[in-house]
Amino acid sequence: MKNRTKLPNVYLGIIIAIMYLPILIVIIYSFNTSRISSIWGGFSLKWYVELFRDQSILEALKNSIVLATLSSLAAAFIGTIAAVGFTRVKLRSSGFVEYLSTLPIMIPEIILGVVFLIYFSLLGLPFGMTTLIIAHTAFCIPYVFMLVKARLAGMDKNLAEAARDLGASGPRAFLDITFPLILPAIASGMLLAFAMSFDDVVISIFVTGVNTNTLPIKIYTQLKTGVTPKINALCTLMFFVTVMLGLLFVFITNITNKRTTTKESSQ
Amino acid sequence: MKTKRRNGLSLLSIMPLYLFTIVFVAGPLIYLLVLSFLTRAEVWGVVNKFTLDNYRNILDPIYLKTFAESFKLAILSTSLVVLIGYPFGYFMAKLSAAWKRYMMLLIMIPFWISSLIRLYGWIIIFRANGTLDGILMGIGITSAPLKLLYTYPAVVVGMVYALVPFMIFAVYSSAEKLDWSMVEAARDLGATRWKAFTTVSLKMTLPGLLSGIVLTFIPSMGLFFIADLLGGNKIVLVGNLIQEQLMKAHNWPFAAALSVVLMVLTSLMIFLYRRITNVKELEGLI
Repeated sequence: MKNRTKLPNVYLGIIIAIMYLPILIVIIYSFNTSRISSIWGGFSLKWYVELFRDQSILEALKNSIVLATLSSLAAAFIGTIAAVGFTRVKLRSSGFVEYLSTLPIMIPEIILGVVFLIYFSLLGLPFGMTTLIIAHTAFCIPYVFMLVKARLAGMDKNLAEAARDLGASGPRAFLDITFPLILPAIASGMLLAFAMSFDDVVISIFVTGVNTNTLPIKIYTQLKTGVTPKINALCTLMFFVTVMLGLLFVFITNITNKRTTTKESSQ
Repeated sequence: MKTKRRNGLSLLSIMPLYLFTIVFVAGPLIYLLVLSFLTRAEVWGVVNKFTLDNYRNILDPIYLKTFAESFKLAILSTSLVVLIGYPFGYFMAKLSAAWKRYMMLLIMIPFWISSLIRLYGWIIIFRANGTLDGILMGIGITSAPLKLLYTYPAVVVGMVYALVPFMIFAVYSSAEKLDWSMVEAARDLGATRWKAFTTVSLKMTLPGLLSGIVLTFIPSMGLFFIADLLGGNKIVLVGNLIQEQLMKAHNWPFAAALSVVLMVLTSLMIFLYRRITNVKELEGLI
């Protein structure tokens, strides 16, 4: 009888172990002296040193950071004010536009890539950072928009009303009451958007120019043409950055959940 | 007067989303549809002449086979994802509150890490004389390298691995809301464990399971880079075909038609899902 209750936990443990297996292997081999990743030649940090000497990788890293920052910021701005605006005005087209705006994360990534590639060339936009930012903003908006919308739905509407009754102007009531309350949702939406943008391969491959590489594109081409262990070192560093961002996300959502009083938000 | 100004401000605040969505979401999608009915130019580009050839081309047995292959792989991966992910999400919902939080974090971390890094890990494991061969040959189960990289099973593992978290989140979020006392009531009334599970638990977690299936099935049709990196050139999915037509063959109208068909198929799935469950939002999407 006792074994029976333990069995599910064993199952959870095994699946978690398998989930981490490929990541662990990449990390372990990043410290491998040997160039061939199946042979262990002893501990070394030389791939990390080489990584920081590789200008093209550093350039790609810079591009990825700029891209993820700008897209998540743009998405945070557009998504937040729209979510707030929709609580006050509803046009006949609102529902449809809301649906359209979340499409970029509902349809297969590859279609989004195709759609942007053909559209940008129709518009004659130069492929590169601009096209990347537009495309990434498109799939970043839904994350912020949906999280902020959920947060607003779970919020006590009387608070902002009370502020207005007490003579605060619309923008004033927003800045003093609504904004602080939805800030955690904006922050977690932005982090999620940042992570998605930083990780994106499929859409980026379609909309980038010849001379603009992001980190995932760089890794993808290396995986196709032949990998140097520098990539392991890079992946390991990215792993730790992601874990840190992730923990930050969890930290922020925990604050959100604690602040939410009675009404539960959908997140 | 006051309400008018207030509405004006609110109107202004939804304008960026309206503009962005119309210009960069609706616009591109409409152009995709238009392009799929245009004629390919002799050498490069597109001629503005209406044609149905692009759609007719899809009916070519070679391309139909690609669609069939993709569906087969998507169905296989989704079934495996259900088998692995459903129990995980279900058992997870039974853990204590603190363990639930740890578990959530444990699944979120690999999910957040670049899918390429994780794929790369599998490449190291599967390649000839890689980790897996090393272990299997080391304990004497196999005597020669299995050469699993660039095979069908490798692609399936890659797909399932990439998609299982979606299922876990979806099932977990509906199992979490499950009222366990109802399961106990069923047991008290004499139902066997299995019977209690199928009549109470399974029924209550069905929306999560279904949304998990949608969330797995849709991306699995388009994840061309998994088939690309783990399957070599041997496995061609709709996603690979679209990419090839667009980037290599430069047959944009045909790529557009393929995309339209893929999108119609996936929309159909979402529509059916909503019909069946009457749920508006996909559970566990974020």
